[in-house]
Amino acid sequence: MRIQVRLFASLRERTGTSKTESSLSSGATVADLLDELHERFPALRDCGRVAYAVNSEYAKLEHELADGDEVALIPPVSGGMDGKSLLR
Amino acid sequence: MIALTDKPIILDELLAAVSDPEAGAICVFLGTTRNHNEGRQVEELEYEAYAGMAEKELSGIADQARERWEIARVAIIHRTGTVPIGSASVVIAVSAAHRGPAFEAARFTIDRLKEVVPIWKKEHFEGGAVWIGDQAGIEGTWETPDGGDPSNKKGQDPS
Repeated sequence: MRIQVRLFASLRERTGTSKTESSLSSGATVADLLDELHERFPALRDCGRVAYAVNSEYAKLEHELADGDEVALIPPVSGGMDGKSLLR
Repeated sequence: MIALTDKPIILDELLAAVSDPEAGAICVFLGTTRNHNEGRQVEELEYEAYAGMAEKELSGIADQARERWEIARVAIIHRTGTVPIGSASVVIAVSAAHRGPAFEAARFTIDRLKEVVPIWKKEHFEGGAVWIGDQAGIEGTWETPDGGDPSNKKGQDPS
């Protein structure tokens, strides 16, 4: 199945692209997509905390994808949060 | 009224959008671009949004505000692209019968906006630029300051 991927802000600059397409086997999750992206874009491996949205809804790594889904990699949003508040 | 714009925000448009004969108060919050941050002299700010999802999240926050407080209307506009220092990058207007709920709902709206809406800010300063929140070297999924996952739509308890 084909997944459309959107990259923003620091992630867009690190990879040099705002959009890419991934081919995954059916049943793949956001985590599987991430593995595939890390293969193609090593710059994504060490780029800080990232949240995920599937079809414009925040989703977890175990979310199962469907053909045609749009997945966005969302770096911490602009709010001006300090780094500490982001740490678990 | 929920919108992203790459042009200067016109306050009158928000006031018109929240104007309501039932309202006895309109609370307006402007977030403005500051010329300094963390000891750096900031020259300009640049905003990038995930169009579509950003508006959807903003609408969701406005809905939450209307569920929690006795308010009439909510309007939110956020700028994208380059915004000069001293300009409004975000404006929130809330109308209500009474001022208390208008103030509280406006405060909630800007706080929640900064936690969950996919809009990023890049600070340009002499000799460089940095995306706020960028944390190279830290792995994992980020979470909102209230300890929640950004996918938790309920947000903070207003109490």
